[in-house]
Amino acid sequence: MAGYILRRLLQAIPVLLGTTFLIYFMVFAMPGDPLLALFGDKTPNPALLERLRQEYHLDQPFIVQYFLYLGGIFRGDFGTSFSGEAVSDILARTFPVTIRLAILALIIEFVGGVLIGLYSGLRKGKLFDGTALIVSLVFISLPIFVIAFVGQYVFGIQLGWARTTVSTGAPIQDLILPAFVLASISLAQLIRLTRASVIETAGLDFVRTAYGKGLSRRRIIPVHILRNSLIPVVTYAATDFGVLLVGATVTEGIFNVPGVGRTLYQAIIRGEGPTVVSFVTVMVLIYLVVNLVVDLLYGLLDPRIRYVK
Amino acid sequence: MSNKPLSPTHFVAPLEETPLVAIDAVNVGERKSNLWIDAWRDMRRRPMFWVSAVIILLVVVVALAPNLFTSVPPNSDCQLSNSNGAPTGEHILGFTKQGCDVFSRIVHGTSTSLSVGIIVTILTSVLGILFGAFAGFYGGWLDAVLSRAGDIFFSIPYILAAVVIMSVFSAYRNVFVISLAIGIFAWPSTARVLRAEILRVKQSDYVMAAQAVGVSNLKILMRHVLPNSIAPVIVVTTISLGAAIVAEATLSFLGVGLPNSTMSWGNDISAAQVDLRNAPQTLIYPSLALSITVLAFIMMGEVVRDALDPKARAQR
Repeated sequence: MAGYILRRLLQAIPVLLGTTFLIYFMVFAMPGDPLLALFGDKTPNPALLERLRQEYHLDQPFIVQYFLYLGGIFRGDFGTSFSGEAVSDILARTFPVTIRLAILALIIEFVGGVLIGLYSGLRKGKLFDGTALIVSLVFISLPIFVIAFVGQYVFGIQLGWARTTVSTGAPIQDLILPAFVLASISLAQLIRLTRASVIETAGLDFVRTAYGKGLSRRRIIPVHILRNSLIPVVTYAATDFGVLLVGATVTEGIFNVPGVGRTLYQAIIRGEGPTVVSFVTVMVLIYLVVNLVVDLLYGLLDPRIRYVK
Repeated sequence: MSNKPLSPTHFVAPLEETPLVAIDAVNVGERKSNLWIDAWRDMRRRPMFWVSAVIILLVVVVALAPNLFTSVPPNSDCQLSNSNGAPTGEHILGFTKQGCDVFSRIVHGTSTSLSVGIIVTILTSVLGILFGAFAGFYGGWLDAVLSRAGDIFFSIPYILAAVVIMSVFSAYRNVFVISLAIGIFAWPSTARVLRAEILRVKQSDYVMAAQAVGVSNLKILMRHVLPNSIAPVIVVTTISLGAAIVAEATLSFLGVGLPNSTMSWGNDISAAQVDLRNAPQTLIYPSLALSITVLAFIMMGEVVRDALDPKARAQR
């Protein structure tokens, strides 16, 4: 087990370096002088320019600048936003909201996906199954902002069941509609995955044996079929947690959820390049860490994974 | 050995040399069959295939010749007095906030979405096939290097990467740049699928036979391995065309996509979002056009996957 953890951690290092390097390189390649942009139309004093250049290490070669930036990341310094607030402070304020939203979405995704997928798979070829297949395909192909607007229009404006935007403090009842929207595409994927897995398991010999022994469907379905179909489903849902955390940009923006995603959304809308880059870096790091943790937990739960190279 | 080509109707010995005609003459060639023919036979029986094929064809025709479908100019004939106006006889879907014809803008925006989809797909296929084929076929250190490079690109969600690229190159926003921004981080999934398939195909007897008779590695890859492992790539590619169209719309929606002067469904949806309450038609129709197009590509991908994968066929 220790070997597995060590190997998995070592594997994460090149990916971590590579992703931050790529993002930093893209910013470095940005046309125009960032310092001149600070002054707008005015021509700055060359001495001041020189001092600023030294202060921000812009006179150093690219690779030195990259390592300075990487060192900052390790100390939790992700830079400052356009408004002058430290990115780490903004994170401390907004990340809990995003986590709450992502957990809510994950619950909706998992419960809905497993229940609908199981029922669909057991009634393969029936009307419910056909409908579930087509509806899930439609959801997979809908862009998330379309789902968000339709949700806002139908449940917020027409039916009046939910608030179209989240009120301050982001109480749970306000987050339900955004969580459904955020979960919808993954939910559709999970329905299809559960269905396929249930159909495969239901056709296996041990299920036939269970029927042959005269066990009731009430025992066979949850114990024999469902439990054995859940392995790929749980894998998908677990890796999807990272996607839900970083994929909430559009949803949080539209529903005005005060999370990390909305901060990024607003920075994008306002064209605040450096802030966008800091937040994308943060999100990529979150995504990497979540996936790493999920992988490590898997090694803990399923011994087979530890031994596969 | 005679230089007469062997007829496909006998495998043991030439017919004229043996009296056991009835046993030898098994008619193997009667019903020609291979993966692609089987797949086509399966696909053409499914209504989903025809529905998506017709939609895709329609989208292509609209993109190539928008003027066949509407005579209203999308930009030049806008009147602010029509702002967010309801549908009239000539303007069947109503007007946008700027007083432009919604239907005409949708028709003229089609080519943008389709070109981004196609360019991204070409880009991801070329990169994905290059990386996947070399990594899977040659293995060893080349595989390690190429796969780790793929991991790095795969670890950055491609929408976030595209947001950064488009923010950085804000001065050069056009169809090519946005396609590049999406495609440059979207190829690892193609590469992974192809690599896995090549690892499987590489073990086949015919590959070993080709090696035994001294065919060069590159030729084995091009002639034997690649054609036999391309099927899953086609599935991924079809689906990714739809995904690329969604990505373009999302970026345009976020305001880092194409400039407002370029007609695109994403831009129209983005512009309409503030009027969701009082003019839902300006938002709903472009969204519908976008969703139907993407649905058609994803449906096509599903049909192709089912047709090429016997296991998936059994689950229907």
